[in-house]
Amino acid sequence: MELRNVSFSYDGKPVLENVSLDLSGGRHICVMGESGRGKTTLMRLLLGFISPASGEVIRSENERPSAVFQEDRLLPWFTAERNVREVWSKDRFALSPKELLSEMELGDSLDKLPKELSGGMQRRVAIARALAFGGDPLLLDEPFKGLDVPMRERIAKKVLDLAGNASILLITHDEYEAKLLKCDEIIRL
Amino acid sequence: MKRLFENKTIKALLVAAFWIFVWQCAAWAVGSELLLPSPADTARALVLLCVKPSFWISCALTLLRVFAGFVAGMLLGSALGVLTAISGFASSLLSPLRSVVKATPVTSFIILVLLYLSSTLTPMFIAFLMVLPIAWTNVANGVLSTDAQLIEMANVFGFPKAKKLKCVYAPSVLPHFLSACTTGLGFAWKSGVTAEVIAHPEFGIGKAIYESKLYLETPELFAWTAAVILLSIALEKLVILLLGRIVKWN
Repeated sequence: MELRNVSFSYDGKPVLENVSLDLSGGRHICVMGESGRGKTTLMRLLLGFISPASGEVIRSENERPSAVFQEDRLLPWFTAERNVREVWSKDRFALSPKELLSEMELGDSLDKLPKELSGGMQRRVAIARALAFGGDPLLLDEPFKGLDVPMRERIAKKVLDLAGNASILLITHDEYEAKLLKCDEIIRL
Repeated sequence: MKRLFENKTIKALLVAAFWIFVWQCAAWAVGSELLLPSPADTARALVLLCVKPSFWISCALTLLRVFAGFVAGMLLGSALGVLTAISGFASSLLSPLRSVVKATPVTSFIILVLLYLSSTLTPMFIAFLMVLPIAWTNVANGVLSTDAQLIEMANVFGFPKAKKLKCVYAPSVLPHFLSACTTGLGFAWKSGVTAEVIAHPEFGIGKAIYESKLYLETPELFAWTAAVILLSIALEKLVILLLGRIVKWN
């Protein structure tokens, strides 16, 4: 997945100008910038929800991106485990949803609905879901929002272990998170 | 008193007792069984009706007509709700029909439908017609109010259409559908019985109500009305119970 000189504007106001990035070959890229600088727009462009005003978004045919959105976007009527199970397939991800949630330190919250979980726990379910899908690249929009520092470190380590060779795009405000996910490149918007 | 009101059953019984007392006071004040029978007169008339086989036949047939019309209205209304929510063209084409059905007085429909259908089928069709726009509007609103972010999420994670329907749309639409069920059932009863009053099928609660009024049997009229209310509550509880079971099973 690649962006080449991509620009985008909302109502004539430029949000992204000439942005390029290459997510091929298992690279880890971090996009940083203050609020309103187009970080989430970048993610929406990569996911194909919007089209660029100019430039190119290049995706290969069999590419299946996986995502942690800025909002958790969990299905509120399903338990934590069911939220993960609905995207999981054994062929693409070896660990079962139960095992994966245990890795995310949610082993005793499998049967809880999202509304019964704290914000940080919901975030970890969203991360588990993105991993369970087994997609590449892994697009992470502020994935550690609501997690304290020790938890961030542990979860980031798990993400690195479990994502295998997948490319990672990390969108964050915090440069420390880029270090945790061993990003090769930081793009500042 | 406050403690008594904390128990739901006792609270319901106390509220019912209060309104029966108000009714009794009103009956004493009016002083004429012909104009306003007392709760005791009505209960007596209801007991007398219960021993007649024609009472049960009338109740069963009215129940059948109302329920059949309700189910047909919910099914077609839900299908039209989905169709008009996902297709702008279908919405433009069909929405005037919904507005006409909503705005037309039920008596106009009954008289019109009687030209084409038998007096037995008319109440069923009228119940169907009254439930149709309720299901249609509620289900369309449910589909349209489905969280766009969840739909995007389902697209990213490659949910096939059937899975998207089961995991995203159906649970979003469900509360709207259940609301349509409870509102629709009330409308089905009112319109179905009204249609029986005008259409005069061989057996039916509406016909019995009309005849009670014709022969100035006011306690009997009240008893038939009580039967409608009791049947309506029983059917609503049954439908909610069944839907609850289906939802839990899924």
